[in-house]
Amino acid sequence: MISRREFLQASVAASAIVGISGFGNWSKLSAQQALTQDQLLQFDDFGNVTLIHITDIHANLKPIWFREPEWNIGVGSAKGQPPHVVGKAFIDMFNLTPASPEAYALTYEDFEALGKTYGRMGGMDRVATVVKSIRAARPDAILLDGGDTWHGSMTSYLTKGQDVVNVMNALGVEAMTSHWEWTFGTERVKEIVETQLKFPFLGANIFDLEWDEPAFEPYTFFERGGVKIAVIGQAFPYMPIANPKWMFPEYSFGIREDRMQEVVDQARAEGAELVVCLSHNGFDVDKKMAGRVKGIDVILTGHTHDAIPEPVLVGETILIASGSHGKFVSRVDLDVRDGRMMGFKHKLIPIFSDVITPDAEMSSLIEAERAPYKADLETVVAKSESLLYRRGNFQGTWDDVICNAVMSERDAEIAMSPGVRWGASIMPGQDITREDIHSVCSMTYGQVYRTEMTGETIHTILEDVADNLFNPDPYYQQGGDMVRIGGMGFAIDVNKPIGERITNMTHLKTGDAIDPAKSYVVAGWGSVNEGTEGPQIWDVIESHLRKIGTVNLEPNTSVAVTGI
Amino acid sequence: MKLSRREALWFGLGGMAAATLSNPAFAATVEELTAAFTAGAAPAMDGITLTAPEIAENGNTVPIAVEAPGAVAIMLLAAGNPEPSVATFTFGAAAGSQMAATRIRLAKTQDVVALAKMADGSIKQASATVKVTIGGCGG
Repeated sequence: MISRREFLQASVAASAIVGISGFGNWSKLSAQQALTQDQLLQFDDFGNVTLIHITDIHANLKPIWFREPEWNIGVGSAKGQPPHVVGKAFIDMFNLTPASPEAYALTYEDFEALGKTYGRMGGMDRVATVVKSIRAARPDAILLDGGDTWHGSMTSYLTKGQDVVNVMNALGVEAMTSHWEWTFGTERVKEIVETQLKFPFLGANIFDLEWDEPAFEPYTFFERGGVKIAVIGQAFPYMPIANPKWMFPEYSFGIREDRMQEVVDQARAEGAELVVCLSHNGFDVDKKMAGRVKGIDVILTGHTHDAIPEPVLVGETILIASGSHGKFVSRVDLDVRDGRMMGFKHKLIPIFSDVITPDAEMSSLIEAERAPYKADLETVVAKSESLLYRRGNFQGTWDDVICNAVMSERDAEIAMSPGVRWGASIMPGQDITREDIHSVCSMTYGQVYRTEMTGETIHTILEDVADNLFNPDPYYQQGGDMVRIGGMGFAIDVNKPIGERITNMTHLKTGDAIDPAKSYVVAGWGSVNEGTEGPQIWDVIESHLRKIGTVNLEPNTSVAVTGI
Repeated sequence: MKLSRREALWFGLGGMAAATLSNPAFAATVEELTAAFTAGAAPAMDGITLTAPEIAENGNTVPIAVEAPGAVAIMLLAAGNPEPSVATFTFGAAAGSQMAATRIRLAKTQDVVALAKMADGSIKQASATVKVTIGGCGG
């Protein structure tokens, strides 16, 4: 990544690949070295094709704080493998210097202190500068967006994704795939795809539900650098399960491995010399798919929000993981000759917002999109003395705030909050604005329900979600993290099968064990059921924060994790 | 998170199936159905393709397809349903292909099993785990 941190694999096709994992191939970067834009962008052009990958922006147009996970447990064969490596282990694996800019960008430790030194990350005007710079060197570069783009901010909610669509068109994205886009509903998705987007909306695995026929363009061709390149889109496979299917009832998704093989073969038959899969499968699903579907050269992965500083190789397929929230842009240069990928060079470019000059055109576009909502966005609701973050397999501090708000505003004993991986962090001492609240809860189905559940039902839900996260077979994982719980503690053994992972469920207020037969008042948000009633989650959080004024959290020890 | 109605439906399925289909106590078991179909022949695991989703988008209507070139009959079982027998498809000599696709109801996460009987009486078998989940927490 930074400066000399580039990963060059000049001979994929050779049978003896030196240092196949690539770990430790980077030279050490001096921590004292001042960061410059030139260093961040430095890249010796390689080969004849350049791909630029962004993914999981979640509508973050402005720079943000984003703390990487402290918990990212891999199970089965994924144990200890990237991206299931965090903190010091990550620093060691990739030979980073502790407290260096890349350690700050890629890991969670000392986040608060390092944030003061290195600042916020991302911002689509900074991303625009990076894209323009790459295109200046390689005019033929292809810019691809892995999806989860239109959703995740107050302005994207209020404009139904329009602000982000305008930004992505201006950035010059050339193809995308999808996930949360669908939560604006079929009609809005079609309106944007058919009348707004200046590029294809790809999804080989999106099928018409009634007739089980492909419903969207599966792939598109590019002729660049004298090479015919196929880019195949793979939308999030578990759309109708993880998100409300009543919002897009016409479509079925799924991994559809056979379909992927079919379109790869079809693209090859039509003359593709390079096959790129622009995927929203999630990293572990893509890794498994790469070993089973033949003929994909590059998988640009998305969904699980992993930033991995080096490509991961599976056979002759390279997997690129470009992070989330606009924190990173990947540049991948490829040497394609005689109809095959002969080598690659990759750099995960961290978007340090204080180092990379914003692109003036993009800055003014973003400001124009925000202008009608500016007063609302900037309204200060409360202040936080604690570091607030969500990302991680288990409860983050933002989740504690949300669960507390849900319990107190909805008068519930137990709160449930979805373990989504998006949402910006808040630094201690920072004001919390209305925009900050939306960043962690914006959605088109944000009603906070209040209901009664038996202890047995709560247990079943926890087991179900845990299996979506810790099933040893990636094809049975949906991504996302463990459901967040307020008012109740539990223990989890991630290595057990479904039904046996969750034990010691405890009612925190009384200290009693949760009784399977007893009913509890539970409130939560983000239900996939149609017709869910209740106030919007951002209003619930705002009301709670205004009452407490200042957030000051005690460490939460209500979840005990074993089997790591 | 999800809950309420889908949850209620999910938990209600077992009882409903028992009430409206047949009494599970009298339903033929997977072992009994398999023994009757195979006449004791040990199945081979090749020559049969079963296509099923990894996770059901809707447990009430799960698309399943099975193909076994040369088969005279294919039996489909849902091992975890109160009534495991789903269907048996028979193919005459004039059949252009030995393939069947249907949508089935799955009460819970379970294995779907397909057994094909070939003209010579040999048996081929494939199975797939289909997860039926509450869902709702993806991000």
